[in-house]
Amino acid sequence: MRVAVIQFPGSNCDTDCQAALASFPGVSAEIVWHKETSLAGYDAIVLPGGFSYGDYLRCGSIARFSPIMGAVRTAADAGVLVLGICNGFQILCEAGLLPGTLMRNNGLLFRCESLHLRVENTDAPFTSALRKGQVLEIPIAHGEGNYFAEPEILKQLEANGQVLLRYCDASGNVTTEANPNGSLGNIAGICSHGRNVFGLMPHPERVCDPILGGTDGRGLFQSMIEAVEKPKS
Amino acid sequence: MANPAITPELIAKHGLSPEEYEKVLSILGRQPSFEELGVFSVMWSEHCSYKNSRPELRKFPTTGPSVLVKAGEENAGVIDIGDGWAVAFKIESHNHPSAVEPFQGAATGVGGIIRDIFTMGARPVFLMDSLRFGSIEGDSDQAKTNRRLFAGVVAGIAHYGNCIGLPTIAGEVYFDESYSGNPLVNAFCLGILRHEQIARGAAEGIGNPVFYVGAETGRDGLAGAAFASRELTEESKADRPAVQVGDPFREKLLLEACLELLATDCVAGIQDMGAAGLTCSTCETASRGGTGVEIDIQLVPQRAKGQTPYEVLLSESQERMLVIVKKGREETVKQIFEKWDLPYAEIGVVTDDGQMRVRNGDEIVVDVPARALADDGPLYSREAAPFTPPAPLDLASVPPVDPLKALPTLLAHPSIASKRWVWRQYDHMVRTGTAVLPGSDAAVFVVREANKILAASTDCNAIYCKLDPSVGSRIAVAECARNLACSGAVPIGVTDNLNFGNPHKPENFYQLRAAVEGISEGCRAFNVPVTGGNVSLYNESPAGAIDPTPTISMVGRIDDAAHITTQAFKGQGDQIILIGDIGSELGGSHYLLAIHGRKEGAPPVLDFEKEIAIHNALLGIIRKGLVRSAHDCSEGGLAVALAESCFGTGFGASIDLGETGQRADVDLFNESQGRIVISVSSTDRSQVESELTSSGVPHRFIGTVTAVPDLSITTGPSVYIWPVSNLNEIFENTIPSLMEY
Repeated sequence: MRVAVIQFPGSNCDTDCQAALASFPGVSAEIVWHKETSLAGYDAIVLPGGFSYGDYLRCGSIARFSPIMGAVRTAADAGVLVLGICNGFQILCEAGLLPGTLMRNNGLLFRCESLHLRVENTDAPFTSALRKGQVLEIPIAHGEGNYFAEPEILKQLEANGQVLLRYCDASGNVTTEANPNGSLGNIAGICSHGRNVFGLMPHPERVCDPILGGTDGRGLFQSMIEAVEKPKS
Repeated sequence: MANPAITPELIAKHGLSPEEYEKVLSILGRQPSFEELGVFSVMWSEHCSYKNSRPELRKFPTTGPSVLVKAGEENAGVIDIGDGWAVAFKIESHNHPSAVEPFQGAATGVGGIIRDIFTMGARPVFLMDSLRFGSIEGDSDQAKTNRRLFAGVVAGIAHYGNCIGLPTIAGEVYFDESYSGNPLVNAFCLGILRHEQIARGAAEGIGNPVFYVGAETGRDGLAGAAFASRELTEESKADRPAVQVGDPFREKLLLEACLELLATDCVAGIQDMGAAGLTCSTCETASRGGTGVEIDIQLVPQRAKGQTPYEVLLSESQERMLVIVKKGREETVKQIFEKWDLPYAEIGVVTDDGQMRVRNGDEIVVDVPARALADDGPLYSREAAPFTPPAPLDLASVPPVDPLKALPTLLAHPSIASKRWVWRQYDHMVRTGTAVLPGSDAAVFVVREANKILAASTDCNAIYCKLDPSVGSRIAVAECARNLACSGAVPIGVTDNLNFGNPHKPENFYQLRAAVEGISEGCRAFNVPVTGGNVSLYNESPAGAIDPTPTISMVGRIDDAAHITTQAFKGQGDQIILIGDIGSELGGSHYLLAIHGRKEGAPPVLDFEKEIAIHNALLGIIRKGLVRSAHDCSEGGLAVALAESCFGTGFGASIDLGETGQRADVDLFNESQGRIVISVSSTDRSQVESELTSSGVPHRFIGTVTAVPDLSITTGPSVYIWPVSNLNEIFENTIPSLMEY
């Protein structure tokens, strides 16, 4: 399977995502420059973390105008899996491919640390290999990860089971203390109504190799890979 | 705008002494232009010329079989790490800018050191930093200022490192009154490259075009190098325009473009524009190439209209590079810069006459022999004051304090307390190589593309250096090596950042000389070369000079992932062994400072032979898979080391030191060197003990890792017990609660 990892100017988790994906058998991950205009032939698309355009304006608000974003939208509309991690999540929200927005952390400081996440829904191509209620330990690294959406939208997200991951404590309890950034409902990751676009603030690519202290990120990628491979076989 | 006339006042304002000006006249055979005066001023500043320190720096051991690029040859040294791979690394200070504008000062310090590394053709892979501030405790105006500086510096480092996507994986932060008004910000970067990728900062090839790429030149950072070579005063705030403004996004583009460019065969030479900007990069590349360089100021991309040639030459705007392109390959170069949306211009040519010549259109404003500027600057051997070694601490003058109270107080000292508040603001995991996170003895980083594991540590106990600069500097080297050994690494190279006061004062110059000699001795003992570094003098506020701070950063190599070792205890029932002696020295200790408010006595004795034997013995048992945890005893002594090994594990430790024949506070808090706390599984204990015995290093079994989460230490008849959670809370909460203002 071929995965495109989009490289925006200022992306800095592009090669990390590429290496994580390449650690799965049969996956070829290629870096695609943001000035490209086609994503034909790719089975999945990853928008990696980083500081696209320096994030000097609202995070992701310039990257969404990159030439490649037309192709990302076309692919998303056609049902291709699109995964946005951290800055990639911010870009997907700015592009309107996911609802809501990511504001400054409520503590105002950048936070990089390993945290616990509870899997809320496995009825999505990004979590299907996981168990509902499973607790994952995956690091965050962001200054703007405070998820916000209008109450009406939030209600729809919950009703449709679009919230896939929430910040929780080590035992899986969703508490205020476990919320690192003030996100509404402790939301760490959501998918689109069509379920093929997924954005999350934590960095699963950072926990795909035991030498880095964990492999809890693998399940998300594994789900994505299985979702692509299954219909093929 | 007409240039001012060259008067003695103007010369003095440029920091040139009458003798130095005479030398300028004899080099030129005429009076300099205003621009030339500025060019000499920055190039002959301490920051660029090392005129006060170079004779001392020659004492460093800089060679060895693994050295591919020696200290001082290029922007950073390069060390072979095997299989055709090499590392380039260096540390550099940004103290003065951070004192007047902490956020941008620190940010651009990070940006500058990253450029030094990718200028070598290396891909930067991680950062470290060594920071020092005045006390952040209390409500005084000074404490508030120090907190503002601390917060600003950390935010600035985070801003730059996080945005550019380099993990900050280790470092140190100390708080001491001597840094009030003059904080230290030393930033380290390491990059990785293939041997054949080493790039040179030389203007080679007569007739080759000279390209400028990166940010447009503005008026920021005007003559920053000269500013950095003065003492800080109350009026230094007016020097804020000498601080540059960083743009990490631009630097990310520049980094990627330069590495892409260097992978082609188009580049004859490359040099970043750091201190002294366009001036330094043109004359240094010409001097290294044995050529001349001629540029036209009017072709330089500029941010503001109406800048004078003087301003353009002396600007220290960030994120700029000078690239000497092989003639005929210009189109490829332009395509790469255009891909990355970077401003660029062909601004000149390499010439054969050895001159640095700057035109402003038709007018020649600078015409100086490049070599005279870059390499033939003045050199001074300053006077060193005679030094009397400090008297040993009179223990009778130190009233014993109950260890039960002293340990929490030590853990609450901001220099010892957890720095999580700092490193949580740094992305320390990007590039997915950080195998040991900040907070252990040394950070460990896996360089996937090279299949190599590196460890790095940065250390300097400036109290020891204040009391005895020679001993303190040797200890700084030994502590770095000890931290590496605790992580399972063998040292491969050192970079140093020499932070001192005004070298015209003989006591300061003695400190500089003694530190260089001490570091040299340490590096020879551990058989590691100094690959480069930085000298920052004039670190003085109106209250006086800082404590001498020769920061050492050491890089090591770990041969096998199975050897990676951390400080945290791993399992209940594991046996705790102290390698080294119980120790007895309280001179210069943090116990004396934090509990008794005294900075005195003689620092601990350092015995290199014993130290090396200990490191080798530890590495030997680590390689045999016998060591579950290892942590060195440093500030706060054995008790602090034991507490730190318990933190975050859920375990406690039950320790019995036996009958030591000395006071309990001496047992627990002395800072005698060469001591490492290890834990091993109970089945391996006898093998470990016999291995250590046959290595001839002192060691003793001192206790057990317990499921009961208490730290219990027995010494003689006395038993001290602390719940680990209480200690951990103090350790973790100190800095966050001080910073909630």
